[in-house]
Amino acid sequence: MTAVQVSSRSEIIRKFRRSKSGVAGVLLLLALIVMSIYAATAVPLESFRQWNNPAIWIDLPKSAAPAWTNIGFGPKVPQHIVLRQGDAEISSSSDAGVTTAVHSYKIDFNYDTYPNDFMLLYSARYGGTQPVLQIDFVRPDGNEFQVYYASLPPSRQEINDFSGRLFSTDKSIAANLRSYSSLFSYPPDPSSPQEMIFSDLHERKVLKGTYIIRETFLLFDQQDSVTNSGVILGGKVYGVMGTDDLRRDLSIGILWGAPVALFIGLTVAIAGVIIGLIYGVVAGYKGNRTDEGLMRINDIFYSLPTLPILVILSVTIGSKLFLITGFLVIFGWVGMAKISRSIALQLKNMPYVEASKLMGQSDWKIIFKHIIPQLLPLTFASIAISVPSAILGEATLSFLGLSDPSIPTWGQILHDANTAGAAARGLWWWVVPPGLMIALTGLAFVLIGNALDTIVNPRSRK
Amino acid sequence: MVIVLFATLILTIALLGPTMDNILRNAIKFDVIEMVNNNKNLKFPTPADRQAYINQEIDRREMLLGLDQPWYSPQRFTNTVLRVMVLDLGQSNTLTSESGSPKVQDIILEKLPKTVLLFTTSTLIVTVVGLYLGAFVGNRTGSIWDRINSTFAVFSSSFPTWWVGMLMIFAFAFAWHIFPSQANPLTSPSDPAYAADLLYHMILPLITIVLVGFGAWAFTVRYFVIGILREDYIAAKRTAGIPESKIIYSHALKNAAPPIVTVVALSLAGSLSGAITIEAVFGWPGMGSLYYEAIGTLDIPIIIGITYILTLIFVITVFITDLLYAYFDPRVKVG
Repeated sequence: MTAVQVSSRSEIIRKFRRSKSGVAGVLLLLALIVMSIYAATAVPLESFRQWNNPAIWIDLPKSAAPAWTNIGFGPKVPQHIVLRQGDAEISSSSDAGVTTAVHSYKIDFNYDTYPNDFMLLYSARYGGTQPVLQIDFVRPDGNEFQVYYASLPPSRQEINDFSGRLFSTDKSIAANLRSYSSLFSYPPDPSSPQEMIFSDLHERKVLKGTYIIRETFLLFDQQDSVTNSGVILGGKVYGVMGTDDLRRDLSIGILWGAPVALFIGLTVAIAGVIIGLIYGVVAGYKGNRTDEGLMRINDIFYSLPTLPILVILSVTIGSKLFLITGFLVIFGWVGMAKISRSIALQLKNMPYVEASKLMGQSDWKIIFKHIIPQLLPLTFASIAISVPSAILGEATLSFLGLSDPSIPTWGQILHDANTAGAAARGLWWWVVPPGLMIALTGLAFVLIGNALDTIVNPRSRK
Repeated sequence: MVIVLFATLILTIALLGPTMDNILRNAIKFDVIEMVNNNKNLKFPTPADRQAYINQEIDRREMLLGLDQPWYSPQRFTNTVLRVMVLDLGQSNTLTSESGSPKVQDIILEKLPKTVLLFTTSTLIVTVVGLYLGAFVGNRTGSIWDRINSTFAVFSSSFPTWWVGMLMIFAFAFAWHIFPSQANPLTSPSDPAYAADLLYHMILPLITIVLVGFGAWAFTVRYFVIGILREDYIAAKRTAGIPESKIIYSHALKNAAPPIVTVVALSLAGSLSGAITIEAVFGWPGMGSLYYEAIGTLDIPIIIGITYILTLIFVITVFITDLLYAYFDPRVKVG
């Protein structure tokens, strides 16, 4: 092996630019950083902290494919539509003390299959007399189906704020729809209202066109008011990345996974490599017994199987994200210590090191001022090379179910997917993106690390 | 090396000792309260008396098991080491073996052969494919095959094996119904068709491990082969007119053997950790699935038991590797 050659910084950068894989790695890394910044600014932190809170995700569809799968051949499946009060056309009239508030929602339904279900949201504030809620579907062919007519529950206090959700599975909807069965030229099925309402009268197929869903509130007191309304038409596709079994929007989890993975990877790699660097250099420079003892400890760590020990640590101590990062550091320094020791062994016999020793400089000063700076380029390469294993390590722990429930990681998403049997059920949008992100993040650092390593590491020069 | 082995064992016990003790204490507490509740002959005038009796009984039993001393006291420590050596790992909380035994030792011994079967087979295939592919591309550095292999190695090494497993399930079990998605065969183990069924269920996990593993492997072998091919004696053999294929596959590979053997053994031991996740994905009825289940139900004795076994296998493999290295390369003496 040749002695360590010191390359100037500009030379390293020039060589790095010429390496295609290195540039590709940097581009990938930049893309990931942009993604992290976008996640931090555009996606509310709240929705990410609440990843494991099912109440947040109730309005979204269950295991829906990404919306763009509709483009292309094959039948167009309905998109998941969520309409809030702001989307409604609101009118109200008053007659003989009775106020009629009408919230109508317009939906263009041009899909080839029926919606999964529908949900109608309503909230009202009222006193002694409870208001009446009537829901009508106005179909494109002009028919009006009145699916619901009932009063809200009696108020328990003076002023009652009531919020409710009417599901398409509600028994009264089926009962009301039964009276429209005669309109159809074939026997329809009122027990699945989403199909009957959106069916053609003469054929068993979807009636395309513009539907109007009307929520009519009859209020019997001047003080009463409608505070909220909304329509959710359950579709089979949603958003950029779809949703999982627990209705979570996967795009949020995957976006937020990027900064988390970068944080874990970089923290573990930087901490591990710096510890290994100092440890190895001290061992190599001091030599003799210190070297022997330190290298034995290194051997012990080297002969420990990483994953089982990590599992036992997170089971017994805890699986908070910061703890797991710490555990990964415990195993992250071993390789670097070996490399830096062997280089320090050569460096300590260099004339300039011996000269400074003769001048009476302290050992620590020599190590930190004369030896470690020589190793810095190699340190950067080693950091880049050890990032992927840290990310993979965390992902594997999360995949086994040992993860921080308040912080979604790609491994955690894959754990949920595996538990739900997503791959065997064909929910590819739940399986492919998180794994691909882990692989791409790892790949970015492997490419950068290998390119740097061939430049700065004397061992890999040919 | 023996020192390292022993130190590893101590470190593992130090890590797990307190947890093991806690588990035992909890078990004793549970047992005593159960016993007091069920025994109608025991009557106590006041609740305080009852509590005193329970505490006394717990203390007595802890003393019996030696739990009054900390895990690092010499006597208990020797006991633990001896117990671990005979694989006495205690009782599980919820999981049982197929025959219904709650002993961790029974459960693990039942699963171990299947893990060994899957991983020995896959490592053998990966090794053989990687050796020949590595020697093949090592002789053609810079060729299209070499570049394809290098790219493939970089890609496959950054893919999580378990994720590739999930993709394989999607492709071969959902999209094309070629292989079953779950690797646990439905036929009972006593059925004569069980062996064949087990092998059929093994194909998909096997393909996954080989697919992810062989690229990086061939890359390692290539590195060693390139070094050997530069040696003078290879040039001498070439001038002597020995066929190229013979030079590469018998002379070069033989001389590259010592480092390769080391890496094979280490990757074999390392792939046991990979076993955990791959088995969890495919539901292969080995130790990995057991581990996954145990983590899911927080069955600590089983988790600790498997960790012990995996650590033991790993440490022993590292040890044997060193011996093998000395055997293959006489210049190295066992330290």
